[in-house]
Amino acid sequence: MHHEIIISGFGGQGVLFAGQLLAYAALEEKKHVTWIPSYGPEMRGGTAHCTVIVSDEEIGSPLVQHPTAALALNPPSHAKYAPLMKAGGVLILDATLIEQRSDRADIQEIALPAKQFADELGVPQIANVVMLGALIAATKVVALETMTRTLQEHVSVKHRDKLEANQMALRRGAEFVNARAAALA
Amino acid sequence: MSVGNPKSWMPVKTLTLKGNLSMDANSAARKLELWKGNEAIAEAAVRAGLEAYFGYPITPQTELLEYLSTRLPTLKKRDGGNRVFLQAESELAAINMVYGAAVAGARTMTSSSSPGFSLMQEGLSYIAASQAPCVLVDVMRGGPGLGNLAPTQADYFQLTKGGGHGDYHPIVLAPATVQEAVDLTYNAFDLAEKYRAIVIIAIDGNIGQMMEPVAMPPMRAIEKRDRGWELTGARNRPRRINTSLFLQPHELEHMNRVLSEQDAAVRANETRCVEQFTDDAELIVVAFGSAARIAQTAVKQARARGLRVGLFRPVSLYPFPEDRLTELATRARQFLVVEMNAGQMVQDVRLAVDRAAGAARYPGYAGGALNWSWTPRPTVQFFGTMGGLTPMPDEILERIEKYMPVLPLSETMIERAALDIAYTN
Repeated sequence: MHHEIIISGFGGQGVLFAGQLLAYAALEEKKHVTWIPSYGPEMRGGTAHCTVIVSDEEIGSPLVQHPTAALALNPPSHAKYAPLMKAGGVLILDATLIEQRSDRADIQEIALPAKQFADELGVPQIANVVMLGALIAATKVVALETMTRTLQEHVSVKHRDKLEANQMALRRGAEFVNARAAALA
Repeated sequence: MSVGNPKSWMPVKTLTLKGNLSMDANSAARKLELWKGNEAIAEAAVRAGLEAYFGYPITPQTELLEYLSTRLPTLKKRDGGNRVFLQAESELAAINMVYGAAVAGARTMTSSSSPGFSLMQEGLSYIAASQAPCVLVDVMRGGPGLGNLAPTQADYFQLTKGGGHGDYHPIVLAPATVQEAVDLTYNAFDLAEKYRAIVIIAIDGNIGQMMEPVAMPPMRAIEKRDRGWELTGARNRPRRINTSLFLQPHELEHMNRVLSEQDAAVRANETRCVEQFTDDAELIVVAFGSAARIAQTAVKQARARGLRVGLFRPVSLYPFPEDRLTELATRARQFLVVEMNAGQMVQDVRLAVDRAAGAARYPGYAGGALNWSWTPRPTVQFFGTMGGLTPMPDEILERIEKYMPVLPLSETMIERAALDIAYTN
């Protein structure tokens, strides 16, 4: 298995952290993994993205031209990565914030109201975790249980009270994708 | 201090590893954690017994300094010992603080990125003359000038050819993974002290900013050492003098001879490279650092298409693994050098390949086209990106296919080449 994943959104939406969570979970499953952020003179409100590669084999290039999966958390990210997706790839977008859709028939596009789910859980900042749950359900890049454990280890002490909300966010994202797949089947 | 035979200028030993990006096979047995490159290098230095760090912030290196700003004071509080972190007022101040700590015998380092590294060159030249062992990290960014923050490899000349004035060469190591950055940094202090030399870890933002699983080496205790040259106060012993000023030409000549002998020993013993698929390769891609791991992806794709392509990755940029490259140049017919600059290491590759001329002669192809005339040696092609663009695997693969000899040598071609020779002579 070899997944090349891009997570992209506004600075402050937790796209880099979501990528790190995925990397930690992949490491726990003893996969090869690289995480590399966009870096530069960036600030809150600007765009940010990270690339996570998870593989059974040693990873050469940590950079990706054509991702096999992408999470788009804002409209510019969707506009940028929809055309770059590898054929057969999975593009998950936050439908609460993104209106446009790709016209590509060769990719699987999942419109998930992640921000809305996060709001319903009372923690608007965890839309990134909802998206992560959907990514895991759609790609099986790691097991959902592994990510649940990873959350336990890596949600900071300051945000301990939000751990349960995070775990529910993860499940809601995954359930949305599973329900969608069941409906399509 | 042991130095090699001053007459033996040619390297005699090259450490060649096959088949793996990472150098330290033992690390597989240790516990893996996820580390960011810059912070991993800082922690490896701490575990190697780093006593004094001096630095000044600059992107994309800042995490290294930031990490040590809390790590070293915490360690001092816990274990006592000689652990100093100091953010200097400038890069000039930082390198001269390193100079002072190094002549006092402390394990010391600094880190910077290209423009800041340029500011340190005067200090480095003085440190070289004083034979003060120290470790530097250059997280290369776009240049010349202030350039930008994106990853490049454009400091190759400055790093490997000296950088400051006078005759000296730092030892330059270029890791391609976070694990390798840790392993090389962990050993860098021993290497610096063995040769009383400057050791530079050369990476770019790709490696510095990237997170990868790492097995950290064990913590080493700080040793008290007196090797006969440290300036530690002359109580109860004759005084020692360390200077870079030798007004008498014969004295400076002697000092330069000592440096040359050390350099010869470094060249003889400390050459490192990693190879993949070079045994039967018709075309060999040569690249270092982050460009090499991207090239590796392209090389694997080329292999999957049935092309006989290999990868040669110098780990020590200085001393450059020229002997091994010369050896490969007697077998491979094309070299493709990939760098994130306008073409710097390619000069060292050309020198090494040119040395193979005469050792092997065969008909071949030049510039990707069938060439019926006699080709005395493999051609060296170059592909570079500048300004902070990282080459992508597809771009490298495209060049591999362009330069790849596509037809096997036939009897006719060899006869024809022999005729060409007879005709030319």
